[in-house]
This record gives sequence, structure tokens and C-alpha cells, in this order.
Amino acid sequence: MQSKDQYYVPEGSYWPIVGSVGMAAMLGGFASSLHGGIMGTGIMILGLVIILFMVFGWMGQVVHESESGLYNKQVDKSFRIGMAWFIFSEVMFFAAFFGALFYAREFSVPWLAGEGNNMWTGKLLWPEFKAVWPLIEMPKPEAFVVPKAVIHAWEIPALNTMLLLASGATLTWAHWALYNGKRDQIIYGLMATIALGVLFLGLQVAEYAEGYGHLDLKMTSGIYGSTFYMLTGFHGLHVTLGTIMLICILMRVIRGHFDADNHFGFEAVAWYWHFVDVVWLGLFIYVYWFV
Amino acid sequence: MATTTTDIDADTHHDHEDHHHGPEPGLMRWVKTTNHKDIGYLYLWFAFGMLLIGGAMAMVIRAELFMPGLQFVEPQFFNQMTTMHGLIMVFGAIMPAFVGLANIQIPTMVGAPDMALPRMNNWSFWILPFAGAMLLSTMFMEGGGPAFGWTFYAPLSTTFAPDSTDYFIFAIHMLGFSSIMGAINIIATVMNMRASGMKLMDMPLFVWTWFITAFLLIAAMPVLAGAVTMMLTDRNFGTSFFDAAGGGDPVMFQHIFWFFGHPEVYIMILPAFGIVSQIIPTFARKPLFGYSSMVYATGSIAILSFVVWAHHMFLTGMPVAGQMYFMYATILISVPTGVKVFNWVSTMWRGSMSFEIPMMWAVAFVILFTIGGLSGLMLGIVPADIQYHDTYFVVAHFHYVLVSGALFSIIAGVYYWLPKWCGRMFNEKLATIHFWWAVISVNVLFFPMHFLGLAGMPRRIPDYGLQFADFNLIASLGGFAFGLSFLLLAYIVVDCIRNGKVVKEARVWESAKGLEWTLPTPAPYHTFNEEPSRELILKESSHTGDNH
Repeated sequence: MQSKDQYYVPEGSYWPIVGSVGMAAMLGGFASSLHGGIMGTGIMILGLVIILFMVFGWMGQVVHESESGLYNKQVDKSFRIGMAWFIFSEVMFFAAFFGALFYAREFSVPWLAGEGNNMWTGKLLWPEFKAVWPLIEMPKPEAFVVPKAVIHAWEIPALNTMLLLASGATLTWAHWALYNGKRDQIIYGLMATIALGVLFLGLQVAEYAEGYGHLDLKMTSGIYGSTFYMLTGFHGLHVTLGTIMLICILMRVIRGHFDADNHFGFEAVAWYWHFVDVVWLGLFIYVYWFV
Repeated sequence: MATTTTDIDADTHHDHEDHHHGPEPGLMRWVKTTNHKDIGYLYLWFAFGMLLIGGAMAMVIRAELFMPGLQFVEPQFFNQMTTMHGLIMVFGAIMPAFVGLANIQIPTMVGAPDMALPRMNNWSFWILPFAGAMLLSTMFMEGGGPAFGWTFYAPLSTTFAPDSTDYFIFAIHMLGFSSIMGAINIIATVMNMRASGMKLMDMPLFVWTWFITAFLLIAAMPVLAGAVTMMLTDRNFGTSFFDAAGGGDPVMFQHIFWFFGHPEVYIMILPAFGIVSQIIPTFARKPLFGYSSMVYATGSIAILSFVVWAHHMFLTGMPVAGQMYFMYATILISVPTGVKVFNWVSTMWRGSMSFEIPMMWAVAFVILFTIGGLSGLMLGIVPADIQYHDTYFVVAHFHYVLVSGALFSIIAGVYYWLPKWCGRMFNEKLATIHFWWAVISVNVLFFPMHFLGLAGMPRRIPDYGLQFADFNLIASLGGFAFGLSFLLLAYIVVDCIRNGKVVKEARVWESAKGLEWTLPTPAPYHTFNEEPSRELILKESSHTGDNH
């Protein structure tokens, strides 16, 4: 039927509609649970399970097709273009939150304290408010949780920076091994990367526990807490996904998938991991360090 | 009209290769399909359904505004109508319709067998009915649907919004997800599936404009996702992005929203430019004037679209330096846009013009879009905008560019390519009636809104002062007539598919150029399993070569 000379156009598939049902159930259930819907949480979890089923089924089918040799170089290139621009869309998603951080820091907080032509804003709304960054005491502190302090850059965050940078190196080491056909080295490299990722996540959890448990730094701690948890939280979610993806790739390597010419799956996950790494550097600099 | 030109090029595509997977029988074909044409048709039908729903809401709005005073609906419901009308038309009708046209046309215009990522293509579509249903379902929830305008400014959409807003937020997430996947697919198709003999500057303009639009989508939609995510956490998890008491700022919402929103405007008009640039050379029987300037103009508009967003916010109290910058940057966009209008007119200049149905719509587009563009220039000027802001003048402006602009180009494109898709010609007599009906009524509907706005009638209100009564009555009459014209369009399309006169010529319009016209009519399920030659591509270019 299809040969490698031809572009592989797959047969019809049920996976997309399964994914849509799962997505609608998960998000609809979530919205319902936010307003006390009895079934909400259940439907949300069901939706998540359906999505996981879809991801494993769909990706499994893609892996199977790839291993059966149905994909030629042109298909491989389509995947690469797709992944690259998907990552770009993720960059723009983070850009929105970084934008909110910069806006709050450079504009809204100083303005609320009366900077620029906003003298009356400060005088009329909250005359006691002083603009400082990181914002500990918000304009209307009684409505929020005022933190005792924020997380310092040169403690867990600096360690986490080292861990992620190291994980980028171990992943590249595995990548080189893939080009040179050294299968043991790929496996060790991937295992090290996964271990570093898990360690990073563990430390992130510890940091959140410190924030919530001891410092009273919460999502409800005004704009600093908002940007802090949303930025690091979405980043942590991406590290989690990246780690799961790396585990899948490790399992495929152990099964003997990929060679020097044909390893889109490996490379896509590697790109994703490096992207998550770069986002972290932005976080480290702008959320933790330059305060 | 259709001619008798038979096309020897048609048999360069090996129909006999198509047997190995044709369409699956039954309804499941449409659920499982990975075929770009199937998915494109699904997109178009979905968009048309949403257009009718959003149109029905517009009818409620016009009925309420027919006379001063409150007649039919409560103000709260009126606000839901304006909000949902805008959201449905933007995210449910115009955008999916363009993606549908891209799906059907781009592979056949670049000589590709299908879209680059066919299964993902299916998913891009099949998210939409779920997202659309979730969006519409908010209307039936306690507290009603979103009533804060399609721009959902905080704090109206956060502190003061009904519970249903969270469903709206997730619907936007899903729609954005679908758009991003669709855009990725278009980029991969154009970059990777193009026949090797087709260089970038050989691509038809519809392909070019969509290619650039896809980048806009990938850059803008995630920012919208970020904005609604912040809304979600502000509403439910105590963050204070848009709450000044916590150090945030409601105006920040507007910045983030319009950083998405302004590119979004061009997402809805660049593909329209592409369609019109395909149609005008065909019926002027001349190559497109200034092809490369068209490409560069499209690229310039796309880049500029990211640096002008705050012209929607001149009244938020921004510093004068900010107002000046955003004003000049905005006015700058008129240069590449003017290049385009100039090129369309120059393409027609001394051409052997004929006025088939698609051409009439394209010419109407050029004239009416230009009116909308010029009122946009007025709005871009800070001191003038202070007068016009949030009046019916703004409503008139964006309806001229989006209805008689984007929507007209979609209708033009459907009339242009429909015979190729289904192998039948529509009833041209009815289509002529439809054209004049729609063009006259759309102007009766929207032109008086300019006067209303200049006289000071605010937008998004269910009632108004007596001095606005006459023009509102005229606009409403035009609105009802324009609304009815879509029932005629539905009849014409269905009648064409079922009973239209069979067209056999590959080149449905005698002077049409482009790879899609080398395919047999109706276009086979799978096309271009073998890529077209460079010779054929150059011969079929609508922008180079001799005058047909």
C-alpha cells in the first residue's frame, strides 16, 4: 500500500474525537467543580483519564507506524516543523505571564504608589501604600495574605538552576551517544536527566512547602505571589510533562528504537526539555534574582 | 462563466492511484477523516452554522434597537447578545471558515497530497463543536452567559461576572488550542509539502497570506490563553493580576488582551486579502499587479500588528508619549494596506474585466473594506478617537472590515471554488440577486452607524435617546434584510450541491490560473500523489507570465 516514496497520509482515526471528548469533560468538569457541581470533580478526573488513554493510544500508534517504516524523510520534517512551532507557542504562553510580571513591577505597583502622573491614584486609593519590589505589603493588605518574606534566589532556586543546567548537559550527552550508536550511554544519559528532573521537582515542592508553610507566601499574596506561583507553577508542570516524556523515550531506547538517522521522538523531547530549561533561566533571573 | 476550455494538464494527476483509500462510507467518515477536503468542508459547515446562530443574536440586537425604549429583552440579556454575537462570529464563524478554506485549498494550490499532519488536522476541527457547545451552554446557566462584551475586560469578567464565565474561559482555551494546531499544520504544509518546483515566491497569494496568518495565530493565541488563565485564577484562586488592591491592574488585562486582539484582527483579514488576490486576476484576465509587493505588504502588516495594540486603549489614561507612539505606528499600517488596495485596482486597470459572481463579491470587498479601513484611520488618531471611542462609529468601522471585508471574501471564495469542489455550478441568477441583496442591505445596516457614532450614540446599550431613532430604524431594517440574505445563500449552496448544473471543465472559470484548476472537476478525494512539475507551476502562476 503506502510506500516510503509517498507521503504517509494515515487512515481515519478515532483518537482525535476521543481527545476532544476527554478535553471537554476535563475542562467542563473543572468549571463545574469550581461552582460546587456535585459531579464536577468526577467528570474532570474521567476527562483526564480519557485524555491519558488518547495520548497513549495515539502516540503508541505513531510509534508503531514509525517503527514499521511508514514515515519517510518528508514526514519526519513535518513532525519537526510541528514540534518547533508548538514550542514557540509555548514560549508565547509564558511570555504572557512574564509580561504580567514586568507590567506589575514596572508600571502598576509604582503607579499605585503615585509615580508619574498618578499622584492622585496614590493619594485617593491607598495613601499608605509604598512601592517596593518584591511586593510584600500590597495596597490593601487586609484583603490578602501578607507574606513574611519571599524565596531567596541563592538557596533552593540556585540549586535548581544547577540541576536543570546539568540535566541539559546529560541530555546532550545522550544525544551525542545516539549519533554514535552508543546505546548504553544513551540510557545512562537519559536516566541521569530524568533523575535530575525528578530532583528538581522535589526541591520545587519543598520550596512551595516553605512558601505556604513558613513564609505565608501564597497565590493570594498579591501580585508577587500571583506571578510567582503562576510562573513557577506552569514551569513545574512543564518539567513534569517533560520528565514523563523522557521516561517514554527511555523506554523506547531500551526497546531498541531510534538510530542515528531516525529519532524524531528523541529530538522532540530534547527540544522540549531545553525549552523548559531556558524558561527556568528567565524565571531564575526575573522572579528570584533581580528583586 | 464556465467555459469549454478542456485542460490537458488535468491528466497529470493519476486518478488511478486514488483507489486505495477513498472516503469511508457512512457518518463515521466525517468523525475519523484525515482528508484535508473532508475536514475543510466540516470547518465550513460548522462556521456557517455558527454564523446563523451569531446572526440570530444580531437580529435580537437589531430588533431591540429598532425603536428607543426597551421592547423585547432585558438589558442583561441584551448584553449577553452583544457579547455572544461577537465571540461566536470571531471564534466560531470567521476564523473556522478561513481555516476551512485553507484546508481545502492550500494542499491543492501547492501541489501536495494532503495537509502535513492529517490526524492532527482532524483534531483541530473536532475540538470546535465541543468548544462551541460549551460557549453556547453558558447562556442557559444560572446567572446567564457572559455579558461583558467580546473583549471581556476585567473586572467585569472577573469580580462582577456570573459563574458561567469559567465555562467561557475553558471554551476559549479549547478554541485557542484548535487554532494553534491548525496554524502549525498550515505552516508545516506550506514549508514541507509544497511541490519541489514551487519556490516561495511562486506561491499563490492565498497560500502566502495564510502562511503569514498562521505565524500570527501561533504568536497571538497563546497570549489569549494566558489572559483567560489569569482571569480563571483571579476569579477562583485568589490571585490579583487584575486587582489593584493586590498590586495588579485591570488595565493590564487590556494590554494582554489587545496584544492578542490586534494581531487577531489581521488573522481575520489577511486570508481575505489572499482570496481577493486570487479572484481579481482571474476575472480581470491579467496577472496580479505587484505580486512581490503584496507579499511584503502582508509581512509588514503582520509585524506591525504586534506593536500597535494600545490604540484600542487611548482612553485608559496612558502617557501622551504612549498615545503618540501607538498612533503613528497604527497609521503606518495604512501604507502596506494601501499598497494592497492599489495593487487590486491596478490589476483591474485595463483588464478584460467580466463580472461573474465571485468577481462581484471581490470588487465589493475592495470598495467596502477600504471604507472600513479609512474609518479605522480616523479611529487611530488620538484626538479623534477620544470622540469616537466606544461609540457606534467603532461598531460601523469593524463591521465594515469584518462583514463586508472578511465575510464577503469568504463568500467570494466559496462562490469561486464551490464548482470545483462539487462539480456543479450554482444558480447564477439567484446568486446575482443574493449579491445585490446583501451588498445593498449591508450598507443600509452599517453605514448609518457612522452617523450614529459621530452623533455620540454609545455602543453596547439596549436603549438610546430619541435623536438616534431614525438612523437606528434604518440600520435595523437593513439588518433584517441582510440576515435574510444568508438563508438565500444557504439555499443557493445546497441547491448547487444537489441540483446544480454539472460542470466538467477542469478550469471552471476560463481564465483562472493555479494548480487547483488543473485538477479534474469535481476535485478527486486525493490529489497530487505525484508532484506537479516546475513547468506546470510556472504556467499556472496567477502573477507571472503573459496576459492569459
